[in-house]
Amino acid sequence: MSRPVIFKFRLYVAGDALNSAQSLANLTALCQTHLPDRHEIEVVDVFKNPKRALVDGIFMTPTLLKLAPSPVRMIVGTLSQTQIVLQALGL
Amino acid sequence: MKSAQPRLVKVLTKAPTGITGFDEITGGGLPRGLTTLLVGGPGSGKTILALQFLVHGAQDCKEPGIFVAFEEASKRIVANAESFGWKLAELRRKKLFFMDAQPIPDLVQSGDFDLSGMLAALEAQILEMGARRIVFDALNIILELLPEPAAKRRELYRLHEWLRARELTGLITLQAGGDVKGAISHQPFGFMQFMVDCVVILNHSVVQGVSQRNLRVQKYRGSGFDEDEAPFLIGQSGFEVAIAHTQGRVDVKVTNERISSGVKRLDTMLGGGYYRGASVLITGSSGTAKTTLGGAFAEAACRRGERTMFVSFDSDCTEVIRNLASVGILLDRYVKNGCLRMISARTIVGKSAETYLVRIKMLAKEHGARCLVIDPASAWSTSDNDLTAQSVAKRLIDWSKAKGTTLICTKLVDQMSSLEVGGSPLNISTLADTWIHINYLVQAGERNRGLSIVKSRGTAHSNQVCELILSDAGVTLTDTYTADGEVLMGTLRREKESAERVAHEAAEVAVKLKRVRLDAEEAELEVRLKSLQTELVAKQVEKALLVSSTQSRKGELSRGRTQMRELRGADAAKPGRKIP
Repeated sequence: MSRPVIFKFRLYVAGDALNSAQSLANLTALCQTHLPDRHEIEVVDVFKNPKRALVDGIFMTPTLLKLAPSPVRMIVGTLSQTQIVLQALGL
Repeated sequence: MKSAQPRLVKVLTKAPTGITGFDEITGGGLPRGLTTLLVGGPGSGKTILALQFLVHGAQDCKEPGIFVAFEEASKRIVANAESFGWKLAELRRKKLFFMDAQPIPDLVQSGDFDLSGMLAALEAQILEMGARRIVFDALNIILELLPEPAAKRRELYRLHEWLRARELTGLITLQAGGDVKGAISHQPFGFMQFMVDCVVILNHSVVQGVSQRNLRVQKYRGSGFDEDEAPFLIGQSGFEVAIAHTQGRVDVKVTNERISSGVKRLDTMLGGGYYRGASVLITGSSGTAKTTLGGAFAEAACRRGERTMFVSFDSDCTEVIRNLASVGILLDRYVKNGCLRMISARTIVGKSAETYLVRIKMLAKEHGARCLVIDPASAWSTSDNDLTAQSVAKRLIDWSKAKGTTLICTKLVDQMSSLEVGGSPLNISTLADTWIHINYLVQAGERNRGLSIVKSRGTAHSNQVCELILSDAGVTLTDTYTADGEVLMGTLRREKESAERVAHEAAEVAVKLKRVRLDAEEAELEVRLKSLQTELVAKQVEKALLVSSTQSRKGELSRGRTQMRELRGADAAKPGRKIP
């Protein structure tokens, strides 16, 4: 079996806002179900790193970026509709 | 429950937008530290107005600003705004920040989200540059991504509260469908107009094929404002809103100075000329020399060295110059030395009355015109609905008065309609200070121009209808000939005049003849008198001779008798007397 593809995610959250927390929980659950041991999640709190949000062009929270494998995809929202999210991620 | 401390009542201050007319309507600009909603259809000028508000703040008010672009990429906005001459590149370094917030096309949305990310990012930026103004352009784009109305509402409140807390002067633009009135009340943005402190609606419509832009302030908390729809246009330096009157405008300084109309006789009829700063209306049907009178005025103004602008709607400038030269009005040299500026309305882009007005105002300002001729102003009413054209005419007069510009407007009236009716379509006749009417009098198979002064405020003016004569020597006015209660003009007048002249000459000749005859008779009489006198003298001499001869004879006789007696010796002779 070839080396598994590692999914790299970056999740922008707004502190401990409800929808941000939901999105993190949803993402974690999704990864554990569909990408066990082949995912990396970086969480960026825009309240703590506003400059980064500005530079990265993040204006909605929560926003999930799938950085790898390409293409880069952007999903906003709580990621509650699993089917849509999986489709967007190519899973 | 009582609040811990009395709420500080803040005096509403305003953030000027730098937009001509808009600041006047709102009494100074947008509410400072509060939120304004700007609603408009596609292409109604929302982005430009918003950007101008920021540019003015950054450039002239020391209020740096942030532009959050949801719709168009900032690169394109900047490129589009380039033509307005705003120094965006320079401002962008420190005072003006563009944030691109367009959702990427393949954005996937799943579940609820909010705008905290953006606000956090903006927060950092605001702190860094000390921004005081912020624009959210086309906020609806991002709101539409939100799954449910409640979420949209929540985010709007979030944004509004965020703006309030930071005391930023916020301007949120919303796209509305073609019909603004319908769109504004439709959910989810309908409630926004209740939430914000000021609502401005932009409307773009086409009336009889002519583009018409209107701006209306729908609400303005804590401030008076002009509630009417005001026409506006996007000009060369940005937004320009046309306003009927400038609030707090000081009454115009009225002068008694008279300036020449360019026609000597007309000056006399007006009691010295037009008043400086007056608005003069010249009406007449086609070809009645309205343009010529306008040209004569322009020439006279240039001769006095006053900067003058001539706006021609009917023909090109070169044509006007050529045509006027044929009646001895030479404008060419004044165009060359820069005193006179000729504008052909054909070169004015856009054809709504509003566009014309703003352009004319701008050009006049540019040229520093003291005298302005618009030929004919009636060209407006054809390209617009009456109401607009009328309000434009009103504002034109208002504006020229405020500036002290002497304004000559010519206006075409239908020959068929009477004078009274002719005055109504543009209705400037009531506004104008002086109204000169030229009409054709058709008589004995010819058309002649009759000029009369219908009114002239503050002037004792002539009540005479004068005949207007154009020749290569210029414009002259001549008395008409009134005979048997009939006014005679043109050839008839000339005929009458020459007949009069002939009759006069004949009479003179007759007198001369009679005089000669009398002279002759007198001479004859004198001659006769002389001959008679001579005769008289002859008679007298004769008579004298007769007398003397008679006496001598008598003497002779008596001497003879004495001698006889002596000779006879009959009587005693007198001694000493001897007969030889």
